[in-house]
Amino acid sequence: MASTRFRPDRGLSFRMGLTLVLLFLLYLVLAGVVWWIFGGDAGGTGAAVIAFVLPLGLLWGQWYFSDRLALAGMRAREVTPEEAPQLHAMVDRLCALADMPKPRVAVADTDLPNAFATGRSPDRAVVAVTTGLGRRLTDAELEAVLSHELSHVAHRDVTVMTVASSVGVLAGLLMRSALWSSMGGRGRDQNTGLILLVATLVGIVVYAVSFLLTRVLSRYRELAADRAGAILTGQPANLMSALTKISGDMARIPERDLRAAEPYNAFFIYPAFTDKVDFASLFASHPPLEKRLEQLARLSRELGQPG
Amino acid sequence: MGLFDSLLGRSKPKRPKLDALFALPTAALTLETAAGFTPTGIGSVCYREAEGAPFEQIQAQLEQLLAGASPERVRDSYGWTWLVLRREPSDVAGLVTELHAVNSTLELEGFGPALLCSLIGFADASGRRLALVYLYKRGTFYPFAPVPGAEQKRDNALELQIRAVVGGDLPIEPDVSRWFPVWGAPGLDAPPALPSG
Repeated sequence: MASTRFRPDRGLSFRMGLTLVLLFLLYLVLAGVVWWIFGGDAGGTGAAVIAFVLPLGLLWGQWYFSDRLALAGMRAREVTPEEAPQLHAMVDRLCALADMPKPRVAVADTDLPNAFATGRSPDRAVVAVTTGLGRRLTDAELEAVLSHELSHVAHRDVTVMTVASSVGVLAGLLMRSALWSSMGGRGRDQNTGLILLVATLVGIVVYAVSFLLTRVLSRYRELAADRAGAILTGQPANLMSALTKISGDMARIPERDLRAAEPYNAFFIYPAFTDKVDFASLFASHPPLEKRLEQLARLSRELGQPG
Repeated sequence: MGLFDSLLGRSKPKRPKLDALFALPTAALTLETAAGFTPTGIGSVCYREAEGAPFEQIQAQLEQLLAGASPERVRDSYGWTWLVLRREPSDVAGLVTELHAVNSTLELEGFGPALLCSLIGFADASGRRLALVYLYKRGTFYPFAPVPGAEQKRDNALELQIRAVVGGDLPIEPDVSRWFPVWGAPGLDAPPALPSG
């Protein structure tokens, strides 16, 4: 008995797992260097712990309040089923189909066509769409976008991306604190100077590599959400047409709006690019449109094959 | 979803639970004796139509298979497909068997995850309508009672009463936030359509 028509995408799972392993190794490198610098010195270790707890606390807050922060940042407002019956009905049905708790539903009043999902856990999640999205997409396309966002919620992408980015935050901290100490400290011995130099260099390298790795991870997670969303609705074609429409529109939107929206790219269905898009897909938070369409077309073909 | 699946961004499509549906004939009897609601003889299966020719063919097969229950395929305003089946109001067991035929066919062909819910209609002497909704992914039922004539209002008091009445016969969805409304579900708003012949 075939439980589903779709073949598992082991390649994507493998690449994502590899990225996570690399990020974890990077974390170990960072921890090792910190241990090496402060290891022998009890007072120094205490200071380092305090210095590291603060930014991690901030990151934790960003994760814990991710729903409120993103809603406030996008000026999105939660809507009741009476205010947006159509939107709620779509989310209701998709959640019943996927057997997941229903997230809160929000609407942002902006012409930028986009959607995002946030919140620290599936029980605390919010799915938001902009009014510009509703104006441009058909109901079936809007539903495809919602199923992509619900997949982000089911995959706990906010949590995974927050944990993944903590390596970069710590590395940045190490880099800066080492740089400041080396500038401030005069009359120290040569050994201390060398340690600070190494710490700065390690910080820079780890920061750069972790930045690239989190972007790789983000792109893989977009692909995973595309895939899961298309499988959920059984209609990859609707997500394809929605993505094509949104990306075409994103290019024509005035730049000021795009910049304002940029910090929230990680949770968007389609990133609000500025002119930075040219400098390589290496830094992009989302995979290129062709790649997303290619994956969805593959799913569509699987649906066309006789059982 | 487990930790590992979260980390790898893999969600497996949820497979439907089909067996709890067979508890319905008993519940229908209880409903009639305890609350005065009788079956309308209308049942429906709501699913997500997948794109591609194979799914089209399965739907055509289903309509042939169930020709005795005058199946009618309705596309609702949200893009979901309802396969509506009609039987003699007294023959709830026959209706359930036919609903099960739809479910098991879709499951067998690899489209089990596309099943959303199933509805069995009831009405009382004063014309109030009620549906028992079966959630495939949860394996649970819940009552849905739209207020007659009102725009998108549901009769919560009646729904809770029905929950108490059939709670012994059917697994009722404990999380009421999952009792999602199915406005305009075929066979629920219209007056009972009796099968001809």
